[in-house]
Amino acid sequence: MSRIIKKRELVKDIFEMVIEAPLIAAKAEPGHFVLAMPEERGERIPLTIADFDRKAGTITLVIMVVGTTSMKTTRLPEGGTLYALVGPLGHPSDIENFGTVIMVAGGVGTAPIYPIARRLHEVGNRVISIHGARSKSLLFWEEKIASVSDEHVITTDDGTYGRKGLVTEPLKEILENDRDKKIGCVYAIGPAIMMKFCALTTKPFGVRTIASLNSVMVDGTGMCGGCRVSIGGKTQFTCVDGPEFDAHVVDWDTLMKRQKIYIKEEKCSLDKYIEEAGIK
Amino acid sequence: MSDTEEKKKPEKKKIIPKKTPMPEQDPKVRAHNFDEVPFGYTPEQAQMEAARCIQCKKPSCMNGCPVNVDIPGFIKLIVAGDYVGAARKIKETNCLPAICGRVCPQETQCEVECSLAKKFEPVAIGRLERFAADYERDHNLIELPAKQAPRGKKIAVVGCGPAGLTVAGDLVVLGFEVTIFEAFHRPGGVLMYGIPEFRLPKKIVEKEVEYLENLGVTIDFNQVIGRSITIQELFEKHGYSAVFIGVGAGLPSFMGIPGEELGGVYSANEYLTRSNLMKAFLFPDFDTPIVKGRTVCVIGGGNVAMDSARTALRLGADNVYIVYRRSRTELPARAEEIHHAEQEGIIFKLLSSPVEIMGDERGMVKSIKCQEMELGEPDASGRRRPIPKKDAYFTIDSDLVIMAIGGNANPLLTKSVPGLELNKWGNIVADVNGRTSIPRVWAGGDIVTGSATVIEAMGAGKKSAADIYKFLSDSDAPETAVAAWR
Repeated sequence: MSRIIKKRELVKDIFEMVIEAPLIAAKAEPGHFVLAMPEERGERIPLTIADFDRKAGTITLVIMVVGTTSMKTTRLPEGGTLYALVGPLGHPSDIENFGTVIMVAGGVGTAPIYPIARRLHEVGNRVISIHGARSKSLLFWEEKIASVSDEHVITTDDGTYGRKGLVTEPLKEILENDRDKKIGCVYAIGPAIMMKFCALTTKPFGVRTIASLNSVMVDGTGMCGGCRVSIGGKTQFTCVDGPEFDAHVVDWDTLMKRQKIYIKEEKCSLDKYIEEAGIK
Repeated sequence: MSDTEEKKKPEKKKIIPKKTPMPEQDPKVRAHNFDEVPFGYTPEQAQMEAARCIQCKKPSCMNGCPVNVDIPGFIKLIVAGDYVGAARKIKETNCLPAICGRVCPQETQCEVECSLAKKFEPVAIGRLERFAADYERDHNLIELPAKQAPRGKKIAVVGCGPAGLTVAGDLVVLGFEVTIFEAFHRPGGVLMYGIPEFRLPKKIVEKEVEYLENLGVTIDFNQVIGRSITIQELFEKHGYSAVFIGVGAGLPSFMGIPGEELGGVYSANEYLTRSNLMKAFLFPDFDTPIVKGRTVCVIGGGNVAMDSARTALRLGADNVYIVYRRSRTELPARAEEIHHAEQEGIIFKLLSSPVEIMGDERGMVKSIKCQEMELGEPDASGRRRPIPKKDAYFTIDSDLVIMAIGGNANPLLTKSVPGLELNKWGNIVADVNGRTSIPRVWAGGDIVTGSATVIEAMGAGKKSAADIYKFLSDSDAPETAVAAWR
């Protein structure tokens, strides 16, 4: 169980892993996440399900190497197994026909946005995707996103591909040009700072905006409370109340601070692992 | 120990008034390690203590035991030097004796009922239970009891904590095929994630779980029932005849005061899970980090608060405070835990309640502001109600705050079972035998009672197991109300 069927590096330090998990695949819906643990001494980390194939009994995870756990996970070979994989967890995305939806994907956030966009497209939404990366070399799943989009805007911070600039710029323009108020919903998934600025961009337009939060978790089932976030002044747990929330009422600054609680320990752990594993 | 040594050879009928002390690590030493605090009895000490039991004709101690261990019976075997026999006698009704001997609140259960307790200290039943179980295990003399013939019926147990393990142990011996579904990657539930190593070594939990596995119990890890598999599917797709739900308490409570979102503010659940289950106390050899405070405030006065405080001390804190809103007499923790905490230098800030937590620019906790309290009239719980004193505030500079103020029922599983009756707090409604509102579904432990003890959960498991057996032996047993779920 939890065997790695396929692994490939999509772009530098971002890996796509197809994992055998028939029970999870059978129940997975867009928006769900899993908790993964690469090995016995490892940490439990939440990962949004990027794709699933019920027939094949597999789920796809897209993992960016940022610390020890993500590095250990992505270094597991094809045919190897994850020590633990739990899910599907969290609430699935609210899927309905909103009319037109804007899907804003930033960096590794492209992965979780894909199954949501696909489903929204299937139920009849006109899907406009804004697909951002720091640079052309870091952009992935261009074709997959295009296949579920009616419009596909690519941005890169450095202008090496698509439009130069941040995802918030086309987002603002599209909303400004939406005189008939056809846009019923905006999804923003990516780094917290990007989601925060997407929320600030859409707020004046009063468009419903959903973000998927990437809080630190231990169990993922509501037991530890480590993933607590302030939503409209009320404490909620990302794992059982989310992971998707109304982006306009998320306390983004607190979320970002909470993501950095272990910054020193993470560095210490990664340095130790890199040295012990003899990674260049 | 000296006072008992003097009285080593008592007159035949003369009772030694005090328990034989159990040697333990020096408080100054143990405050810096995670090794178990008490060392346990030697055979000589166990003999001495067992001899204090007067073998009452109508033993009342057993009435206090939720799983009805034959207490005089096993103590008699210790007196006779048959330590392994004593362990097996206990195991006739309790499949986790090494755990119960360590974490049961004997002082409010069996020992409070002991006939000696009227005039003297009661027999140290817990210590003797621990001794017998440890002796059998340490001498590799654990033997599996005879199992009844297979009945061809499958039982699903949800949750691998004390309630679930007990149900599994009892039913597997009766010839059922038992699978435990556990959400975590390790067995034991609260025994593994909640109770620290220095109070309950994890290798002992592993051994007791291994005993059940050797009996034929299967444990399916990383399964969140209600998610990867639903209760309905356990019956319809997987062919189980009965389901027992023992998923524990669940969601931690916070106080709702400003600053609880700061880094370095934990629920006790998270703090203890990081340290115990994920082994953050061994970071960076294990990958899960934990905030290590120099000055730590633990809010609450129960056993979980004591466990958190003593863990913080072992992780290198200079000062650890227990901040509790009532007075010493109302502390809900076991006397032994309070005593151990005090010995190790935990400071009790009684009649105090936090009102705000302050942080630095990085969003990490730096101090906590508390208000002094005084006690008023008793409230619904019978305890005197704490009333805030006007304008009486104080601040403790603190870089780690742990909220150990209990929790609420976790709705993750219960919400996934249509028709399952819950009370207003979200706990499952079950009768004395653990039967829920759905035929063939039983429940027990904290998910039914709210936060309680290991042995009470085991007691509930025991009753459910007996009732499941009775129910399934009856050929007219109703099918589960699956139709109602559609």
